[in-house]
Amino acid sequence: MLTPFQYLLSGIYLTRYILYSRHELLLFEALQEGLEEEMERDLRVCVMGEDVGHYGGSYKVTKGLAKKFGDLRVLDTPIAENSFAGMGIGAAMTGLRPVVEGMNMGFLLLAFNQISNNCGMLHYTSGGQFTIPIVIRGPGGVGRQLGAEHSQRLESYFQSIPGIQMVACSTPYNAKGLMKAAIRSENPVILFEHVLLYNLKERIPDEDYICNLEEAEMVRPGEHVTILTYSRMRYHVMQAAKTLVNKGYDPEVIDIRSLKPFDLYTIGNSVKKTHRVLIVEECMRTGGIGASLIAAITENFNDYLDAPIMCLSSQDVPTPYAGTLEEVTVVQPAQIVTAVEQLCQ
Amino acid sequence: QIKSWLYPFPNKSFFFCLFQLITKEEGLELYEDMILGRAFEDMCAQMYYRGKMFGFVHLYNGQEAVSTGFIKLLKQQDSVVSTYRDHVHALSKGVPARAVMSELFGKTTGCCRGQGGSMHMFSREHNLLGGFAFIGEGIPVATGAAFTSKYKREVLKEADCDHVTLAFFGDGTCNNGQFFECLNMAALWKLPIVFVVENNLWAIGMSHLRATSDPQIYKKGPAFGMPGIHVDGMDVLKVREVAKEAIGRARRGEGPTLVECETYRFRGHSLADPDELRDPAEKAHYAARDPITALKKYLIENSLASEADLKAIDKKIDEVVEDAVEFADESPVPSQSQLLENVFADPKGFGIGPDGRYRCEDPKFTEGTAHV
Repeated sequence: MLTPFQYLLSGIYLTRYILYSRHELLLFEALQEGLEEEMERDLRVCVMGEDVGHYGGSYKVTKGLAKKFGDLRVLDTPIAENSFAGMGIGAAMTGLRPVVEGMNMGFLLLAFNQISNNCGMLHYTSGGQFTIPIVIRGPGGVGRQLGAEHSQRLESYFQSIPGIQMVACSTPYNAKGLMKAAIRSENPVILFEHVLLYNLKERIPDEDYICNLEEAEMVRPGEHVTILTYSRMRYHVMQAAKTLVNKGYDPEVIDIRSLKPFDLYTIGNSVKKTHRVLIVEECMRTGGIGASLIAAITENFNDYLDAPIMCLSSQDVPTPYAGTLEEVTVVQPAQIVTAVEQLCQ
Repeated sequence: QIKSWLYPFPNKSFFFCLFQLITKEEGLELYEDMILGRAFEDMCAQMYYRGKMFGFVHLYNGQEAVSTGFIKLLKQQDSVVSTYRDHVHALSKGVPARAVMSELFGKTTGCCRGQGGSMHMFSREHNLLGGFAFIGEGIPVATGAAFTSKYKREVLKEADCDHVTLAFFGDGTCNNGQFFECLNMAALWKLPIVFVVENNLWAIGMSHLRATSDPQIYKKGPAFGMPGIHVDGMDVLKVREVAKEAIGRARRGEGPTLVECETYRFRGHSLADPDELRDPAEKAHYAARDPITALKKYLIENSLASEADLKAIDKKIDEVVEDAVEFADESPVPSQSQLLENVFADPKGFGIGPDGRYRCEDPKFTEGTAHV
């Protein structure tokens, strides 16, 4: 028999379990869970891409889904990115909600015609008659010696296309939340995943949740400097943050998550507090997300800046195969520490 | 010209002599649709030279048999995807002449609120999925619409969903990757689609024969596992017979068909094209095969209609086109407030502004002066 006190305790634990119950999984499993839940919730949600069905996806994001939902809902396409992306767009126009996978984001360069002209523009050129609730997703970013063509960051190429939204996930929590939000959105959304983040582990809530597509994520509040980042660079920034804290700095780290449009509220509030901005990104310097961010911040918050905005981007080179060269192509934590020290002088 | 059917049906032209192919009502419907297409396009040329419409305008004169022959067999829920030469496809599908003319004039009453223009005709109500400027980029969209039809039947369990999609495109497109990629996918999944090639022998100034290693486009169908049919695209009745077969195949779930219609455009590629390259003898040859003249002759010779009936239709269509121009003239031009409205279906896509509110909540947003 339990004492009244033990009953009380178990009652509290039970309530906590029900209210805050979580389960642990890897990022690719979080994406899969989000996709699966949305496919259960809405029969119109379907997946198209190379090896998404029987193979389970080259990064296992669609593992098991073809068995569960059938070959038509999880469609293995031939290798024809432009055409199956266009097919997804036509299906979206006529009532379905496709999730089109680029096996590697870089392959979607072949779908640029469809993504730019049709995905982004058809809602407008049809005078609002047709909506295109499509999600285009895939792994991108610099991996481990995958070579130049498999290490591309297309967010900078796609960012000018009017009519699309772009988000980048970085944790299992926001991966699942953004996947679900993107599927439910009436707008075409490009979801950028990163090849090296698929095995990140986290405990995420059991209950249904989505992440706001247009909001940035406060990773670490601080006072001295605003560090804006996204995707894998978030982890390099957090690693640098540890060093910075030891050196007496207090960086505020924001994962911008929404690459297009920018969450100028979260970003602006941070700039108004710290007056110093460092952008750490993985895309190339020229015409990158950082370049657009600098423009947006300068335009809106110039008066609040005590120093010019610093931007650390990848080198403007095709990613080399050699490991030593690849390492210096992307921004490393040591560079971030140096940059903050410079900025805070 | 022997028509090459890949299936062992007797040649349909054999039956022309024996049976009436159409009733009087059908005949008049076909005639009216072709006259509408011709009169509308002629009016477009006039309006263009009077400075009422701008940019690239591609007219369909001479090809009416293809549009009428195919689209008049469709139901409202069937979809049509076209190219930049889309005015007549829109009209055949049922988009009112007023809406098309207004769109060409760039007015708010246009079918796309003036935002699309000549090359981007869309109509949700009539399932016209565009209007595409780049050749070939509409074919995957058509394939997607056909995919939805199959998906509705097999996944959403709408057992009676037999919607068919027609993709219209030209000879130039048949050398483009998207064409081949979509032939493959459509045959692979037996999608309810008909690929209609309007082979008018010219892609601006590039002769089909100079651009294509094997110019017989219909032969490319069987390479992907679907029937490939060649038909005289200047004869609306022949086109209609072939279309019946192809659309029927798609509706029954038997898969796609590639139909090559040999046709000709009487005008240049667009109103900006001086059309100096084509041989006058070639133009004369096809002018003598004018599809409207041919149908008129057929109707009268087979006592399906009288001269008076046809003249009445001519007059009626003249009035429709005049009315369309008047309507378009009197319609308002889009105000600046329209600029940003249709960029996103969900305007939250413009993001959150510095003040914490969604940008689309900014009153300047609807005025079109907001800076996004």
